[in-house]
Amino acid sequence: METAIGGPTQLLITTAYLLTGICFIVGLRLMNSPATARQGNTVSIAGMTIALVATGFQLNFAAAWWIGLIGLGAGAAVGIYFARAVKMTAMPQMVAIFNGCGGGAAAMVASAEYLRQLDATHGNVPIDLAIASVLTAVIGAISFTGSIIAFLKLQELMTGRPIVYPGQQIVNAILALIAVAGIVAVSIGYQPVPAFFASLVAAAILGVLFVLPIGGADMPVIISLLNSFTGLAAALTGFALSNDVLIIAGALVGASGTLLTLMMGKAMNRSVANVLFGAFGSAPAAGSGGSSVSADATIRESSIDDVAHMLAEARQVVIVPGYGMAVAQAQHAVRELADQLEAKGVEVKYAIHPVAGRMPGHMNVLLAEANVPYPALIDMEEINPEFPKTDVALVIGANDVTNPDARTNTSSPIYGMPILDVDAATKVVVMKRSMKPGFAGIDNPLYALENTSMLFGDAKASVDKLVTAVKAIQE
Amino acid sequence: MNVAHLLSELTVFVLAVFVGVELISKVPPTLHTPLMSATNAIHGIVLVGALLVAVVLEPRLGPVLSIIAVFLASLNVFGGYVVTQRMLAMFKPRPASAAVAVKKKDPLTIVLTEEGVQ
Repeated sequence: METAIGGPTQLLITTAYLLTGICFIVGLRLMNSPATARQGNTVSIAGMTIALVATGFQLNFAAAWWIGLIGLGAGAAVGIYFARAVKMTAMPQMVAIFNGCGGGAAAMVASAEYLRQLDATHGNVPIDLAIASVLTAVIGAISFTGSIIAFLKLQELMTGRPIVYPGQQIVNAILALIAVAGIVAVSIGYQPVPAFFASLVAAAILGVLFVLPIGGADMPVIISLLNSFTGLAAALTGFALSNDVLIIAGALVGASGTLLTLMMGKAMNRSVANVLFGAFGSAPAAGSGGSSVSADATIRESSIDDVAHMLAEARQVVIVPGYGMAVAQAQHAVRELADQLEAKGVEVKYAIHPVAGRMPGHMNVLLAEANVPYPALIDMEEINPEFPKTDVALVIGANDVTNPDARTNTSSPIYGMPILDVDAATKVVVMKRSMKPGFAGIDNPLYALENTSMLFGDAKASVDKLVTAVKAIQE
Repeated sequence: MNVAHLLSELTVFVLAVFVGVELISKVPPTLHTPLMSATNAIHGIVLVGALLVAVVLEPRLGPVLSIIAVFLASLNVFGGYVVTQRMLAMFKPRPASAAVAVKKKDPLTIVLTEEGVQ
């Protein structure tokens, strides 16, 4: 990178970037325990600050410094405002939109740098810089538009259900081809400017189209995949700008995002390709009206008082939270209910499915917000053997992660996905808004089991009533 | 193309990928959300690139697009870190009994703990 300054200042700046890289690595290292995670984030912030101050030294010599200041200030103000104002339940979409911003910025940076290089080299951009730039633009654009669609879905500004249409895969394949052809053309220098922007636009459309058919419950995979895309785009920007700190930070994020994506896929017993391209594309898109459980199945509806007694008389209760709890913002009420039960000598545990909710670890954050001590949150592998000893499994707004079809019904779209074995509990209480199926649009035979009773209504309202009812019970 | 330069960059990249995998595979599922949010903020480092391209290197985007590029990256950094900080605030260790014990000794500590809770 030819900058206006060289010599000692450049050396200092490079050293600062090295420090930044170390801070990011140490920061992530500290994230592996709840006790040190906050420190980790602080170290990471320190690293970012060092990088920005170092960059500031370079800005100092440029005429257009005010551009940086306006953009930085506005971004900081808006970002901090929304990050503070948003409810904990809206975290997944917040992460999605911030991620998209990073991807969009990377695409713009790469485009600008490529145009500059074209001019500076009179059309003979070195092939490595050309490839790095166009790849950044493509990946950044996919991440940008994909994240926006993910945001719209999570914010419920558009349907969270998979959007499928005929020829979807063909359209996607054509767009991918255009992007690849553009990348090749740019790297060999054939019609570079139109080729560059053709691949940029194709990628942007592809980003929209590849997230559209993703259903709500697959969101943890997509959010983490998009995160790794932006990381990769940042690393490639580093190649385009010959900037090591971008390479290091981008590679860290790209690697961690990819690993997390694979872990989520594993938790659903599906490959990431399968999530992306489809098992649910073939599932019936309609699910409008009507009961989803077959007509001959009997559903036992229960009352607040019955459930309150059932819970209060139990030895062990396992609470199974799902996205429904997040939507109803019932986490504080749930915690209160658990407190009431514990006061009556009931042992209360929480069963956390790895893909419950809309982002990796979503339930953990919500329950932590409600002050549930994290040792009470138990992962799927550890809690499953506990269900046979459990008197009541209280399912709050979780559906597909409790569906026994995943174990037994080979024709079910979720067959093979590890689930929480709530049906092994002596009694199961399912709190649900209505009989509507989960995201997959499939029936849950759990609801028709003999030991299951349903409690319909808004999760928060129902849990609040349960708290009152449990309180009223005298020993 | 400067092959030696590219190779040294690739070295940095590949090693950083390994470090990333190594670091993340040790993070417990409880922390996956804050972790994702933290890495989300870290890729905001592209802000450095945005500033360089928009300001230092002869600006190509023109003022409006330059400001947008810096704005987007800055949103990523600041929003990302604040969200992560909020999430992690909830993971402060605060066993009920310990909090009660602290309350008697030191009123200041309990205030901090309760702030972390909100």
